[in-house]
Amino acid sequence: MSKSPWVLHYDGSSCNGCDIEVLASMTPVYDLERFGVVNTGDPKHADIFLITGGINAQNAPVVKQLYSQMPDPKVVVAVGICACDGGVFKECYNILGGVDKVIPVDLYVPGCAVKPESIIDGLRKAAVLLDEKEKRMKAGAPARKEG
Amino acid sequence: MVWQTVLRILLFLICAPFAGGLLDGLDRKASARMQGRQGPPVLQPFYDVWKLFHKQTIVVNRLQDFLVGGYFAFSVFTGCLFFAGGDLLLSFFALTLAEVFLFMAACSANSPYSSMGAQRELIQIMSYEPMLLLAAIGLYMVSGSFFVDDMVGRGASAIALLPGVFFGVVFVFVIKFRKSPFDISSSHHAHQEMVKGLTTELSGSELGLVELAGWYEDVLLLGFLALFVLNRGVWSIPAAVLTCLACYFLIVLVDNVFPRVRWDKMLGWAWAVTLIFGGANVLILALVR
Amino acid sequence: MTVVAFLILFPFFAAIVLSQMKKPGRVRDGFVYSCSALIIAAVVYLTADVLTAGRSRSYLTDTRSLDQAILAGEFLLMALVFYYGFRFRKYYVVLLSAAQTLPVAWMELSGRGVEGQVHLSVDNLTVTMCLVVGLVGSLICIYAVGYLKDYHAHHKEYRDRSPFFFSMLFVFLGAMFGLVFSASLTWMYFFWEITSICSFLLIGYNESKIAVRNSFRALWMNLLGGLGFALAILYCTLVLGVANIQDLVNLGMAAGGKAVLVPVTLLAFAALTKSAQMPFCGWLLGAMVAPTPTSALLHSATMVKAGVYLLIRISPLLYGSLSGILVTSIGGFTFFAASLLAVSQSDGKKVLAYSTVSNLGLITACAGVGLYEAVWAAILLLMFHAVSKSLMFLSVGAVENSIGSRNIEDMHGLIVRLPKLAFVMTVGIFGMFLAPFGMLIAKWAALKAFVDSRSVLLILFLVFGSGSTLLYWGKWLGKLVAVTHQSERLPDTVHKGEWTAIGTLTALVILLCVLFPALSAGLVQPQLVLMFHTRLTAIISDADVKVMIMMLCMIVILPLVMRLLTSGSRSKVVPAYMAGVNEGDDRHFVDSRGRPKSMYLANWYMEDRFGENKILKPSLVVSAAGLTVLMIVAIGGAL
Repeated sequence: MSKSPWVLHYDGSSCNGCDIEVLASMTPVYDLERFGVVNTGDPKHADIFLITGGINAQNAPVVKQLYSQMPDPKVVVAVGICACDGGVFKECYNILGGVDKVIPVDLYVPGCAVKPESIIDGLRKAAVLLDEKEKRMKAGAPARKEG
Repeated sequence: MVWQTVLRILLFLICAPFAGGLLDGLDRKASARMQGRQGPPVLQPFYDVWKLFHKQTIVVNRLQDFLVGGYFAFSVFTGCLFFAGGDLLLSFFALTLAEVFLFMAACSANSPYSSMGAQRELIQIMSYEPMLLLAAIGLYMVSGSFFVDDMVGRGASAIALLPGVFFGVVFVFVIKFRKSPFDISSSHHAHQEMVKGLTTELSGSELGLVELAGWYEDVLLLGFLALFVLNRGVWSIPAAVLTCLACYFLIVLVDNVFPRVRWDKMLGWAWAVTLIFGGANVLILALVR
Repeated sequence: MTVVAFLILFPFFAAIVLSQMKKPGRVRDGFVYSCSALIIAAVVYLTADVLTAGRSRSYLTDTRSLDQAILAGEFLLMALVFYYGFRFRKYYVVLLSAAQTLPVAWMELSGRGVEGQVHLSVDNLTVTMCLVVGLVGSLICIYAVGYLKDYHAHHKEYRDRSPFFFSMLFVFLGAMFGLVFSASLTWMYFFWEITSICSFLLIGYNESKIAVRNSFRALWMNLLGGLGFALAILYCTLVLGVANIQDLVNLGMAAGGKAVLVPVTLLAFAALTKSAQMPFCGWLLGAMVAPTPTSALLHSATMVKAGVYLLIRISPLLYGSLSGILVTSIGGFTFFAASLLAVSQSDGKKVLAYSTVSNLGLITACAGVGLYEAVWAAILLLMFHAVSKSLMFLSVGAVENSIGSRNIEDMHGLIVRLPKLAFVMTVGIFGMFLAPFGMLIAKWAALKAFVDSRSVLLILFLVFGSGSTLLYWGKWLGKLVAVTHQSERLPDTVHKGEWTAIGTLTALVILLCVLFPALSAGLVQPQLVLMFHTRLTAIISDADVKVMIMMLCMIVILPLVMRLLTSGSRSKVVPAYMAGVNEGDDRHFVDSRGRPKSMYLANWYMEDRFGENKILKPSLVVSAAGLTVLMIVAIGGAL
């Protein structure tokens, strides 16, 4: 499972800095595809839910719906400090906080903006987590709580 | 000889997924190198499909399983029929049936991306079907039979008499292999226009089946290209393999160079190439022979 | 002989009785059912009889009194046309009718007619047509019982003329039987004209302005064809001295094509108008305003087949002649152009109409090639098309009565709302263009025939046309299988009679593709041997037939296998992907203001490229020009 981690990249309330870094990681300089990472835009195809930017009232149900449409095993990676806990915008009236306010997060990759090296590091760790989750799924572990 | 046919079918059934997956891996590696990056390992497609079969099954409705199963079953069936030396036209018709099943699976999902992908898929099929039928007719005119066995048993390679048809086939194969500039209904990985088009609502083992069926189909398509080169002589075999690989590489190159076009351009160009290259070739053959 | 007479005369008798049964109710329904059953039984008996005997038969050489009766009938038809022509002030139909009836009458009355020829004959082709007319036709009559009730319930604005409707249906059946049994040209012409009048009367059934207008369009086009037929008869009788089709064919084979070019071209012209080929396709499109049983019976399964039947009869003469070039060009062009036009239509019946025109074009082109293989394909296409197309028409009619619309867009998600009808329509659509079903087999044979006869133009028409054929059928299929969650299943208001007809036809579609080798060997090949005096080995080889049976089994077994494979697992059902803003009911999504917005999935119609306003006029112009030029060259050159 860790050899083929397909990613769904969603931008919550980001300034787009982290998004650009995520896209940069797919370019030839950093080349995420050599690890088998594919940026599919489809939750039904994805294993890793990569979220940048904070959660606000409008995108909270969206994030929940996308998460629910992903098949198990799945891993959530919060990329950038805004996704981890709200970042610079934590005190804003519309920001609810980081991604863990709506769905369970497995990996936090802080940074503002996150460096491609950190993103790659985070995705590699997420892939390992995928393997573990798959083992647990096979062993019939109870379903995790739905976010 | 029945056991020979059975052996060929078994060989196809077992080897084609591996060959198809390898081709897919080579495609991704070559594309990556063309783009100046390292690219995934050549065995990556196998990891992908293995992963897909180990995911939870998520469906949008209860009809999908049957329809995707139909697509897979008939894709494999077509390949078996072709490699057993059967009737080429019937193989095409069976392949069309398989594609209609996939189309129905996409439509049944009642999702905007899926449906748009499905409509575009129909336009794609409409674009390449005339050329493939003409190609089968051209091969029939040259070899006197629609059976694949007879076509490869000729003294000379068919491509000598069918250069226009061969060119037309390679042209529409860009559509069949879902490559730019004609990948309007469901594109490979990083190239999306409508999420994943046809396969948007498929996941897990269903998606894995679609991938596998695609590999069987890829091997079938390359086998069809080989029909133009194979003849009774033993040297035609490496020549055919080289031709297939060269054409495949050419298609990958075209994929990396050209951007996607609109559906009407695709339809227009495909039909124009069919008429001009395929039609003229068949006309000349009909007049001369 | 008795069966033949029964089949021709009994429907007329039934029609007279039905016209008097003014009260709707079980008595009338039962009468229709029993008449239909009798006709089916008679047709089956005739088939068994002819096939076991293994040779064709002919009857009636001395027919003085019958000829006079038929002449009287012709005048009656002319009077009918005069009446309607004057009543609605459409004088051109009056002229056309007079122009054809009077010369033929003169010929008969002045004793110039050829006497002593066989007037009725029964061979395998006759039996094939009888099966089509008798089985499919009777099933449609059975269907009409239930359908008409719903039709008038939904359309209270139309006057209920159901006794007239049913009697017309049976008059038509009788006329069709008469047409296919006729060996004599004059008798065939008489029954041909009856079918034109029936079509006219049935199209105008609901008496609305548009129906009246369209019925006159059908009438003048068919009368124009009838004029061609009449001229052909005059030429045959006065110049060639033949009165029978078979004699004409024999004369042509013996004396060479040039001698018979004039009548053959004229007969081909008549057939082209009857089968709604370009430029005469307008009447068939307009005929769709009629109630569905009319559309199914006359305008897809039987009446339009009369035209291609005539072409098949004279096909040995079409080979290698100018008339053959005329027929194949028009047929091939029609096949291609009509399939393009069907892409832009969203009215279900219009799609079916264009599809009918298109498939008739293919049959026409096959007949025009005039070789063994091609005519084999033509006869098979005729059979398979009649069954599949009538099934489609009947289902669309039933759907229209249930949901109130026959627009394909409104059939979205039919598999959830009306699963049985959706399933039947899926079988019908599969039967129209996919392997291993009949139409595909026949189209395959047509392709082979075109290649073997080196008709490159026809090959091109066929390959391009089949691409667009797949497009318009595929789109419809996609609409049917969309699974819209939280849709309500509609109550099944389809009458039992309607289900009998629809169910039988569905079974026939599947059965025919299994039985096709037997049909070919037992029914079609002997006919071709008779016509072409050669025998060809199987055109579709045994190996292919086995493969197709395998495919059919796979299609049938597949749902069971998938059910078995997936019954253990409990798959999670999630809504469709709408970028995460699916409202959950598959019909709405959340817009940027946070409010639900409707989502609507439509098919592509591409009217700016495939629309009628883009393609129809040029097609009509091109085909009319081609037809005129070729006819002038053919007839002018031969005279």
